[in-house]
Parts: sequence; C-alpha cells; structure tokens
Amino acid sequence: MIAIVDYGVGNLFSLVSSFSAIGEDAVATSDVDLIKKADKIVLPGVGAFEDASKKLFESGLADVVIEQANSGKPLLGICLGMQLLFEKSFEYGEHKGLGLIKGQIKPIADVIPKGYKIPHIGWNALKFKKKDSKLFKNINDGDYVYFVHSYYATGCDESVNATAEYGANLTASVESGNVYGCQFHPEKSGAVGLNILKAFCQMEK
Amino acid sequence: MITKRIIPCLDVKNGRVVKGVNFSGLSDVSSPIELGKYYSDNGADELVFYDITASFEGRELFTDILKEVAKTIFIPLTVGGGINTLDDFDRVLKCGADKVSVNSGAIKNPDLIYHAAKRYGNQCVVLSIDAKRVGDKFTVFAKGGRENTGIDLIEWVKRGENNGAGEIVLNSIDTDGVKGGFDLEMLKVVSENVSVPVIASGGAGNIQHFIDLFKTLPNVDAGLAASIFHFGQVKINELKKELRKNNIPVRI
Repeated sequence: MIAIVDYGVGNLFSLVSSFSAIGEDAVATSDVDLIKKADKIVLPGVGAFEDASKKLFESGLADVVIEQANSGKPLLGICLGMQLLFEKSFEYGEHKGLGLIKGQIKPIADVIPKGYKIPHIGWNALKFKKKDSKLFKNINDGDYVYFVHSYYATGCDESVNATAEYGANLTASVESGNVYGCQFHPEKSGAVGLNILKAFCQMEK
Repeated sequence: MITKRIIPCLDVKNGRVVKGVNFSGLSDVSSPIELGKYYSDNGADELVFYDITASFEGRELFTDILKEVAKTIFIPLTVGGGINTLDDFDRVLKCGADKVSVNSGAIKNPDLIYHAAKRYGNQCVVLSIDAKRVGDKFTVFAKGGRENTGIDLIEWVKRGENNGAGEIVLNSIDTDGVKGGFDLEMLKVVSENVSVPVIASGGAGNIQHFIDLFKTLPNVDAGLAASIFHFGQVKINELKKELRKNNIPVRI
C-alpha cells in the first residue's frame, strides 16, 4: 500500500486516481499508523512553501515522514512536496524543510533570463543527469513532463537526476538513497508520468 | 525547452459533449470521457471542459462526469462555465480539475480572481476573455459575447494579471467561427501587455493558422480550438508534426 500524506494542502484526487490507473493501492491519509504501515510514501503539495511546511510540522506528520524515510522506506515528493524534502526555502522569507536532501529552494527568477515567463508552466523535456536512475527506468531521456512552478531546487548537484531547460537548467528531479523528488507532476504527465509512478511502485525497501 | 501547447475545448451540456463530433472508432461520440481519452491519447497537451448547462441538475451531472474524466485522463484539465464564486472553484477542483477558467463571473465580481488566486494559487486561475473591435478599440464582452461591457481589453488583462490570474485565454469574437486564422492583431496587443502565458482562441481553420500564430507571435504559449479538432479537419498529431517541421517546439 502507498500512503499519500494528506496534510491539508491541495487536492489529491488526481494522484490517488493515477495510482489506481496503474493498479496500485494508494490512500490519501493523515493517519500516522497507516503511514507507518505503508510500503511507500508520497509527499504531495501545491501552493506556498511556508503554509505547507507549517502544516506538515505542526501536525507532527513531518517527524513521521522523516523517521520513515530514515528507515529506508521509498519516499517520493511531488512538486511542492519535492521542495519540502530540502533543508530550506527562500519563498517569501526563509522557511525550514524536512532536510532529507541537501540544498535550498530559490526563485527561478534568479537564474532565468528576462523575458521568460514565470511560472514555468507547461510540458518540458527531461534531461537525465544520472545513469540508470531507478525512477526513470521506464522512460527515455528527452521525454516530456508537465511543470507548474516559480521556485526551484539549487545547491543539490549531487542529488539531481534530471533537469529541464528553461533559459537555465532547472532541477526537474532529485534522488538521494531511498528519497526521490519530482518538481513536475507525474500524475499530470500522461503515459510518461504514469511510467515514473510505476517505477516508484516497483522499488524495494 | 518549453513546448507550445495544443488544447482542444469541449462544450458539455447536460453531461454530453455538444457541437457534435465526427470520429470513427468512438462508440459514443458525445461522451466527455471517451472524447477526453481520445484527445489525451492523440497528442492533446491539455483539455478544457466548458459547462454550458444552465440548470442545477445539469451542474451536478457535470461534476460527476468530471470525476470520471479525471480518473481516466492524466493531463491537465481546465474547467470553465458558470464559475461565479469561490464555491464554484471548490466544486470543480474537488472533482479533479487543475485549473478553473473564469469569464463573466470575473466581470460581475472582479475580486473573484484575487480571492481565488489567494486560496488556490495563481496557477489555478485562468482568465478567459471574449473581446471584439468596437470603433478603434478592443472591448471586452460578457455572457458568451452577447453583452458589451464597455471595458477596454488592455486594461482588463492587466487588471486580471495584477489580481492573480495565472493564464489568459483570449477569444476574439471577430475571428471566432470564421476559420480564417487567429486574431494576430488582438493577440499581439495582449501578449505585449502581460507576462503570464497567453492562450489563443478563435479563428483556427487549418494547420497553417497555428504555424502563423506561433511564428508571428512567439510570445503566445498555446492554441485552443474546438470544432476543427472535433470534426477531424485538423488532427492534433499531424498538426504537431507540421509545427515541429517549422521549428516550433511541441511535445510529440
């Protein structure tokens, strides 16, 4: 069973549906026992970092996710959920993340040339940075996925496994041991996205 | 490199796609679920569902259908039609919509965009505009293009962006239905005045019109159309191949 951590941000309908479309049993839950029992954990998220981080820490779910990740259980952060895996974010101030991956979240306006629209929204190609990433075993270098974001992960060179070109090479996906993150939305990226979720489901603890 | 998006728009009334469609191989050509899947499997980058139902029962039916669509199709879904309040946003987002398109609702209540963007994020709020030449000005029309609001188009898009709209869909009433090409003149003015993505709508009749759109206005992010896709006059896969041949980045 896959636990999609429900800490009150965004709606998880599409994410739950995409796992059932690939024949996986996934539940959106804030139940600590259920999250501990799950084989894998997904950390979703849309909206602002500060609000999400607050909700995650104040609910106590942050500690559960950290503890479970440290036990070796596969964890996948999606979009803002990926950003929350990092040490901190500079979105409207400075806010603490889970610290599971080294690096920070900064505005993409800092690195892209003038004239590029913000948010970075739409379908962009993945450029693989690591050979044989388990997350990408079912897809190809250059496949398109759907992005919507105004902030990006930086200072994380050793964990980047794919980038997307948008005037600069933006971090598209990261991995560090059993902890994975996608800046894009696999649940909105058609067959390619479902193949990424499938690969995550096939990981062993 | 970010790609140009091709977006089919489906009008839904009482749970069925209207304006008819003309595909072979579909058992039910007016099922939003089957059509949505067809487009998703054949290269559409996003889908827009426009609810043109007037009755309460019809709206309930629409959200039920939306849930079914969102269970089977994994590309971004935008929903519009009858969005007047935050409750309307909530209703369609809970059923799997990713973005919500507001048109007349924002004219009646300009604060709607601000409050919706604050609650759901700018990326969720699409400002859809019907505009037309009146004298020497581009003017915003409401109620499906029937009512002249007297609002200047440029002021309206700027205000929409400032209030938090994350995308603009510009439908030119002057070119809509004519199939003589997108309204490049109107689109140029709008895309020069906003920094959020602009989606062109109204007037596409063939593949060349999309090439002209993206070649002439590289700042326009997407092309939206309805009947030319529904009637198979333009097939999205073929359209994208031609765009790529013309060095326009697309997802194939």
